[in-house]
Amino acid sequence: MVTSRDDFSIAIRSAFLKKGVKQKFSLLALIIASIILLSLEAINSKSLNFVRSSVKDVIYRTSFITSIPGNSIAPTITKIQNYFEVYEQYEIVKSKLQQLENQQNQINYLKVENDKLKKVIDDTDTYNYESITTKVLVDKKSPFLKSVILNKGFNSGLKRGMPVLNGPYFVGRITEVNYLSSRALLINDLNSKIPVLIEPMGYQAIMSGAGDKPALLEFLPKNHQLEVGSVVYTSGTGGIFFSGIPIGRVELIEKKFHIKFFSDLSQLYLVNVITSKPIGNEQ
Amino acid sequence: MVLFRKKFVSRFFSLIPLFILFFLAFSETHFNFEKLSFLSFNLIYIVIFYWVLKNPDILGYGFIFLAGIVNDVIIGLPIGVSSITYLVLAGFAAYVRYLTVEPSLIYDWIVFVPSIAVTNSVYFYILRIFFDIEVNYIALALNSGVTILLYPIIGILFNFLFKIIIVQKNV
Repeated sequence: MVTSRDDFSIAIRSAFLKKGVKQKFSLLALIIASIILLSLEAINSKSLNFVRSSVKDVIYRTSFITSIPGNSIAPTITKIQNYFEVYEQYEIVKSKLQQLENQQNQINYLKVENDKLKKVIDDTDTYNYESITTKVLVDKKSPFLKSVILNKGFNSGLKRGMPVLNGPYFVGRITEVNYLSSRALLINDLNSKIPVLIEPMGYQAIMSGAGDKPALLEFLPKNHQLEVGSVVYTSGTGGIFFSGIPIGRVELIEKKFHIKFFSDLSQLYLVNVITSKPIGNEQ
Repeated sequence: MVLFRKKFVSRFFSLIPLFILFFLAFSETHFNFEKLSFLSFNLIYIVIFYWVLKNPDILGYGFIFLAGIVNDVIIGLPIGVSSITYLVLAGFAAYVRYLTVEPSLIYDWIVFVPSIAVTNSVYFYILRIFFDIEVNYIALALNSGVTILLYPIIGILFNFLFKIIIVQKNV
């Protein structure tokens, strides 16, 4: 190992400025190019967005093709991972099944009662929305960022901010739209903040994604009496989403209220994107 | 004909690291296990560090830059973040390569520790400070730790490949 100061600086210069025999660019030149690319992210012009959108479409499609061999063995890997949790889940499911059986009877009664009351107040159906079914093209799981790439873009009418559902459950929103593809930010992403309504208490709060852990409930009212097992819905505050889309259930972990999602966000395959605007947000 | 065949075989083996790099960047194949997050690691870091250390011409800095862009697009990061982190890691490897007289896997492993620490710090600060994107630093630290621990094992496997490339070149 060479230790003198001259050799130290020569090594740095050689590493960052010298091009190899088959290299066309030096490391320093490419680092500068990366910094320029990063700075371009801040610029929002039509031509740049078009280039970005085209590049992303090409990369997403290529990614889908290259993922085919890996995806064929993915179910086996998931199976192995699931075995680690089988007993724990069995216990939870067993106790939940008992609870659900009791609740089912109550729900049937409440449903009938709810329909009768709706007729009385002449309420509109909050679930009357149009949606597009899309396939999850790429789901590159990252421990830090949670998002999926969908196989439909603005050619199918998708726009930024549209809610994404897995069956009847809310799972995320569109954050990036290209011509043929789009990206949905999932509700467990650290950067996801969604206004929610907690029933039956009627509390409003903000749901913050927490990565692999259940989402955190923030900005709850002071002196609240929140109960574990309460159901969390989208609140529709701000007119961004429809209200009343179910998300998950409240659970208490380390003295903090979290939300356990109804949907398994790691197993998304076909999702629905709501394309119509909520009532009162036609503009 | 024999010469052509030897050249072809040598070229084929020397393209394997590049193929692995782009396959990892493009495909959904990953080593981030949601249910076993303590086993997640970053194979791309190992690929870049090992092969730049052995011979920077095998991967090529331009391809490392492109792999970074692809990774950013797939993961949904601002374009350029992964490129910078990969190139910083490649810079560390190239620097160590110029300083090392007698390379050994153990020495490379020791140098890999500060390289990963600096690289992930760059990654974290770019996302957190310049783009205000929240990053789970515990998951990032765990990921770095497992990546460091796995370096010698994957390094041994790559040593076999490197020997094949050298032998095929010299035949």
